Amino acid sequence: MVMENQKFILTKKLSTLIYGMIGIGVLSLAVSFLIGTGAERIAANLLLNTYYFLALGLIGLFLVTVHTIAESGWHTSIQRIGESMGSFIPVAGILMLLLFVFGGLHLLYEWTHEDHLDEILLKKVAYLNAPFFYIRFAVYFGVWVILAHFIRKYSLLLDKSGDLKYYRKFRIFSAVFVVTLAVTSVTSSWDWLMSIDAHWFSTLYGWYVFSSMLASGTAVLIILLIALKRMGYMGHVNNEHIHDLGKYLFGFSVFWAYLWFSQYMLIWYANIPEETVYFYERHKNFSTIFYVNLILNFVIPFFALMTRNSKRGSLILLPVSVIVFIGHWLDLYQLIMPGAVGGEASGIGIPEVGITIGFVGLFLFFVFRSLAKAPLIPKNHPFYKESLEYHTQY
Amino acid sequence: MYTSPLREPLIRGNKNYKQVTDDVLSPMAGKPSKYWYAGITLAGIALLFGGWATFRTVFYGIGEWGLNKTIGWGWGITNFVWWVGIGHAGTFISAILLLFRQKWRTSINRSAEAMTLIAVMCAGFFPLIHMGRLLLGFYIFPYPNTRSLWVNFNSPLLWDVFAISTYFAVSLIFWYVGLIPDLGTVRDRAKTKIRKAIYGFLSFGWTGSARHWSRHETVSLILAGLAAPLVLSVHTIVSFDFATSVIPGWHTTIFPPYFVSGAIFSGFAMVLTLMIVTRKALNLEDYITLNHIESMNKVIILTGSIVGIAYLTEFFMAWYSGVEFETYAFFNRAFGPYAWAYWIMMTCNVITPQLFWFRKIRRSVLLTFIISIFVNIGMWFERFVIVVTSLHRDFLPSSWTMYKPTVVEVGLYVGTLGLFFTLFLLFIRVFPVIAVAEVKGVLKSSGEQKKITDHE
Repeated sequence: MVMENQKFILTKKLSTLIYGMIGIGVLSLAVSFLIGTGAERIAANLLLNTYYFLALGLIGLFLVTVHTIAESGWHTSIQRIGESMGSFIPVAGILMLLLFVFGGLHLLYEWTHEDHLDEILLKKVAYLNAPFFYIRFAVYFGVWVILAHFIRKYSLLLDKSGDLKYYRKFRIFSAVFVVTLAVTSVTSSWDWLMSIDAHWFSTLYGWYVFSSMLASGTAVLIILLIALKRMGYMGHVNNEHIHDLGKYLFGFSVFWAYLWFSQYMLIWYANIPEETVYFYERHKNFSTIFYVNLILNFVIPFFALMTRNSKRGSLILLPVSVIVFIGHWLDLYQLIMPGAVGGEASGIGIPEVGITIGFVGLFLFFVFRSLAKAPLIPKNHPFYKESLEYHTQY
Repeated sequence: MYTSPLREPLIRGNKNYKQVTDDVLSPMAGKPSKYWYAGITLAGIALLFGGWATFRTVFYGIGEWGLNKTIGWGWGITNFVWWVGIGHAGTFISAILLLFRQKWRTSINRSAEAMTLIAVMCAGFFPLIHMGRLLLGFYIFPYPNTRSLWVNFNSPLLWDVFAISTYFAVSLIFWYVGLIPDLGTVRDRAKTKIRKAIYGFLSFGWTGSARHWSRHETVSLILAGLAAPLVLSVHTIVSFDFATSVIPGWHTTIFPPYFVSGAIFSGFAMVLTLMIVTRKALNLEDYITLNHIESMNKVIILTGSIVGIAYLTEFFMAWYSGVEFETYAFFNRAFGPYAWAYWIMMTCNVITPQLFWFRKIRRSVLLTFIISIFVNIGMWFERFVIVVTSLHRDFLPSSWTMYKPTVVEVGLYVGTLGLFFTLFLLFIRVFPVIAVAEVKGVLKSSGEQKKITDHE
């Protein structure tokens, strides 16, 4: 049933759960300090989670904007979820800034140790230096937050009035966001992730990270959509919408695997020490995660989502989405930890699990808060009706 | 199914089913126009030039080319990659856009697929001719033989053999399966006995029964699913030819997706070049509308921008890596003796497509045609830059040299252009250039009639 003016209401039970999760996060952070976890490990965990949930926000907004400029009607009726994911971007920015300012930068990045730079790092000083790093940081978040603000603004104005003037503005800002993200997602992944292993480089790195985030962002969108449906919202969403999102999850997982293979194979084949050192470390000290990463993010979604039926309901799609969500967290883990913490000091324990739960809570808090602010269905969107009467042959 | 009033009709002019058949099939029935004769004559001359160059290469050997010890790959591989790239649009349009349910693909998929097949044939010619002895081309297939000689399975060049032959086979089947219902229509309209017999044979006894349609659609969808990864795999493996090496400028991890994007970019440019002429010559403006051209231009701007980001990423990483060879290779590209080629590439591939941000330009047939030619040129130079400028500065400065193509190499390239246009001109004479059955499939939901009745 379609309830066009339906708004999301955060129930007491749900908000207790969310506060509980945030509580666990804060508690785990405190416990981590008390049990003497290394400062590097804590900083790396905070970076991992701020980046991961920031990327989910960016991908949420990316999916909305891409569908807007591609004029894909079917997506219209679920676009609020993506918009709400985008509301986490400024929060992640503040947390990340706090992390960097209060010692994180020095702990995580070797290139900040200005007195001990070797010959290679000295060559990179023009790019890898703290002031320029913060300038880029400000530019990324400045642009993202401003664009996210306008996209949301025109989306809501369009919904209120149905005036096509706002639709055009919505589209223009969407296009600008997509182009901006295409550049900034790459450069920001160099800044925050690749420069942890400051000597190493790979031209594919930015796209690899982006594909990873694209897969997990889609998984989170699916999880949120199915959750909303189970809470009694989004009644108009039928199997076709779910099927399309399932196809995305399948496709993006394969795409991620393709980029993983491309990067790994080319470095393995050429066998240049400066490059292989990166995977050598991961083979030696993170070998379990190295393989689990591939199983969770490629093998499972590939085989589980191969058939048509598995993508058309929540029975298989929901667990696979959760697996992919965890899988790409792990992927990010193996991008960050070997360089930032090293094989001996790192592990998966209270700091990793607890802090992540805290971030899940924080993320959900902002997503639900944003969802509650506007009607769940953009009923005046010019493509809305296409999304409502949505049936396909395949 | 509801369609938003914001969507433009895909077929103009209130057509009914019969008109669609008439419009598309009538150019096949009559005598070719004088432009067609002029075109095929020109293409034939180019083909003859290529024939002469082939003769020289086979008779006198590869010494006829301008290659030397340092630059072992020149125009040959450049043309090969260029043609394979062009051959990407067809399968992208028919497979990936089918999966994305883009209805506008129905008007262009048939000719784009034909173009793909022809382009892949042109591409395949270059590795064969580079072997020097065409007759020994079968050596590249791995099979137990009395020569006790096996192919090198570690070599990406061999993977290319598999990738491209698979791609060609699947594209051919896909294209042909799509043709069957249309060939049935051509058969039913044939006036002469011979025509009827030939098209009857080619259409595999198509009757148009519900059972035939059901099987046809199932096969099409399965083939689309199979072809979709092939769109990526072919150019990925072509990029491996370079990227698995340790040559600065070649060995870089971004190559696979960046080559794929570049391939789709150049493929769409060639589709635009061809379709803009075809729609005019065969009066198909109602089927290949400005809306179609605009959609293709959007693909151009997307893939062109991806390629642009890849160029800049490579350039930045060459510096960031701190590897002096990498840094030099890219500095040399932009400011060395082949800088002119680099800047042609940058201008044509990165700057010109950005003009399509303006709706007026996206919807201008003339400007689109001009820009599509620019992209075709730019993408050729991209491969030239990658191949020649990376090779011409060896690790040993004593080996540094320059490369200039001979007239024989030019002849081979012009010859494949001749082959391409000859086969394409023949194609538009013997097959329906637009997938009649598929256009009819979207006529009800996206024709102009529907638009008028819906929103009066």
